[in-house]
Amino acid sequence: MVTEMATGFLLPDVESEDAEEFWAGCARHELLVQRCGACQTARFPPRPMCARCRSTAVEWVPVSGRATIWSFVVPHPPLLPAYAELAPYNVIVVALDEDPTLRMVGNLLARPDGPINEVDPATIVIGAPVRVVFQQVEDVTLPRWVLA
Amino acid sequence: MTMPRTDSVLRDRVAIVGIGQTAFGKGLPDTELSLACQAISAALDDAGIAPAEVDGLASFTMEPNREVDVARNVGLGDITFFSQVGYGGGAGCGVVLQAAMGVATGQCTVAVAWRARKRAAKSSRPWAQVPQRLSDHWQWSRPWGLLRPVDEVAMLTRRYIHEFGATRDHLANVALAFRKHANQNPAATMYEKPLTREHYLEARWISEPLCLFDNCLETDGALAIVLVPAERAPDLPHPPVYVHTGAQGIPPQHQTMINYFNEDPLAGPSWAAARRLWHGSEFAPADVQVAQIYDAFSPLVPLSLEGYGFCDRGDGGAFTEDGALEWPEGRLPTNTSGGGMSEAYVHGFNLVLEGVRQMRGTSTCQVESADCCLVTSGEGVPTSALLLRR
Repeated sequence: MVTEMATGFLLPDVESEDAEEFWAGCARHELLVQRCGACQTARFPPRPMCARCRSTAVEWVPVSGRATIWSFVVPHPPLLPAYAELAPYNVIVVALDEDPTLRMVGNLLARPDGPINEVDPATIVIGAPVRVVFQQVEDVTLPRWVLA
Repeated sequence: MTMPRTDSVLRDRVAIVGIGQTAFGKGLPDTELSLACQAISAALDDAGIAPAEVDGLASFTMEPNREVDVARNVGLGDITFFSQVGYGGGAGCGVVLQAAMGVATGQCTVAVAWRARKRAAKSSRPWAQVPQRLSDHWQWSRPWGLLRPVDEVAMLTRRYIHEFGATRDHLANVALAFRKHANQNPAATMYEKPLTREHYLEARWISEPLCLFDNCLETDGALAIVLVPAERAPDLPHPPVYVHTGAQGIPPQHQTMINYFNEDPLAGPSWAAARRLWHGSEFAPADVQVAQIYDAFSPLVPLSLEGYGFCDRGDGGAFTEDGALEWPEGRLPTNTSGGGMSEAYVHGFNLVLEGVRQMRGTSTCQVESADCCLVTSGEGVPTSALLLRR
């Protein structure tokens, strides 16, 4: 679902090195992380080598999409114009339930198709459980989060 | 972590014998190249050394002026050692360290380290010019609106407050101490502008939990230092200031600025640099009576105080209480020229020059009893630190 103007946002190159599978998963509304093909250690962000066993064998595995809020900020201008229009909005870091050292940056939404500035920042609590939702921006699908 | 005891090749072998800087301001008419050359020229005059003797150069990868342009303008001789250090505000002390290592190993005999910057220059604000499609590590943060360094540091700050009970009052202690010092320093941007706790608490947000006064200044200006072998230093005009130890630091699994993806994001690069720095030192944190700690954002100060061992993990906020950072009575007068938040923000290089002034005895907030001065570069990015001594 397109929820924002299709201009001015900083978006990933969905074909960038090591990350193509992640963004393709998001497009299918699947949240994936890399897992070492040798020692099975999960890792995020994606990269070519397992720091634990130095294998370059890579698997992509779905995670539950359940997480908790690890931290959050509320940016105010000056910001790039597309973001300034939405400010103040929230940005959160979540820790995945599967492994709390696997963390992702996102936004907390009031509803799955809501904007990033709809949740009252005073109500955001570190440790709150959240679940992933997916929003399309231009031709990219971004994972974002709602309270679980 | 313990390291085997070794004698440092560097320790006290190289002296800083010249310092120079331009005025600080916004919209200075001179170009960045002109500012760099003016600062270097002033540092050489201060050292009593002719430009033709300079054979070593060190600066930041983000420095806009190339060695060849500096050398042609200032009239330098054969340059036989030149080096740049990356990671923006983490580089400064590493730049000095590179220059010192060049001198200590004999690859050069007179080294100049410098930084010049204009706030309006595009190269100074990389976050404002990123391409629309991100293929590097910024793809994991910027799409969601985490755009600026202040947003990235605010994320760690909120977690730090949550885990360890730091408060906005602690951050205000940092901002107010540095402003007080700037109010003593005629060269500081904020020399004539006092700051009160009320002003701090009423200031507009930039990225909650950080407000306007948790941020450094935006400054045009340039600074430079001159380094020579210690044996030459006594013949020069000013009291020599020795590079006692120095270190750079990248901890395991570190991601620059968005260090959210490892086990312990709040134990940042300062911890790695500190292990090397103190290992090579005759001093311990308890011996240090004055410090210049990189302050692009106020929370970097308590995080650095912890990393460099001035207090226990999580106690960096509480350390700032009771005027601990304030000259002259505090336990550790810090950023005694005003620092990046109230003197000038030139990627932290002004902290190096203030460290030299403290060891010369010429600071406007002089700590008379200090035998050494810690200078640090940016926490939250691959960093560096120096311990200077008289």
